[in-house]
Amino acid sequence: MPLRVGTDLVLATAVREALEAHGERYLQRVYTAAETADCTDAATGEVDALRLAARFAAKEAAMKALRVGEAAVPWTAIEVRRSPDGHPELVLHGPAADLAARAGMTELAVSLTHEEPYASAVVVAELHPTPIKNA
Amino acid sequence: MKSVPEAVSEAVRDVVREHARLSADVESLADDASLYDAGMTSHASVNVMLALEDRFDVEFPDELLKREVFESIASISTAIAQLDAQAA
Repeated sequence: MPLRVGTDLVLATAVREALEAHGERYLQRVYTAAETADCTDAATGEVDALRLAARFAAKEAAMKALRVGEAAVPWTAIEVRRSPDGHPELVLHGPAADLAARAGMTELAVSLTHEEPYASAVVVAELHPTPIKNA
Repeated sequence: MKSVPEAVSEAVRDVVREHARLSADVESLADDASLYDAGMTSHASVNVMLALEDRFDVEFPDELLKREVFESIASISTAIAQLDAQAA
């Protein structure tokens, strides 16, 4: 069956610099509220830049799998969520979901990893064996 | 298309110098040279966008959040001029 893969690597230090420079505006433009909550320590309220970096890597990896090209896809249109059993899952919204539908994507899988100062993600997309029309 | 004022291009170059984390020398970069080829990562392009919003008091709408807009100093300057014109 046809597959597509995307991968990306992000420096956590770059995320920390963005948080210091742009704070809440950076979070709101790039991450969904659920993603920010997932990366925030409930006790201290501190945001974990390394985990955010892994989510950014997942968004970019998904954009590569989607072959975004010159389409306009906001970063929040690709969301990393935790499944009930703790595994990361991708949820696509708006233009990202449209691109996936046009490409005939039937499944998306994501894997995240991080070790200071790097975070990385791999996305694999399974495509419908025949092109989907009128999607 | 109307030409972009030089002051806008120079201010965009300042933002790129400070936020794009290029491996290449920004001063010697042509206005139409690819920033991605010069080492700008996708994450750095977010920093560039947010810094441009601060510098020019504009907001990039979703439809401008695409690779070609942040491809070069020239393409960014054109987008800024377009946003400025809409705000005027």
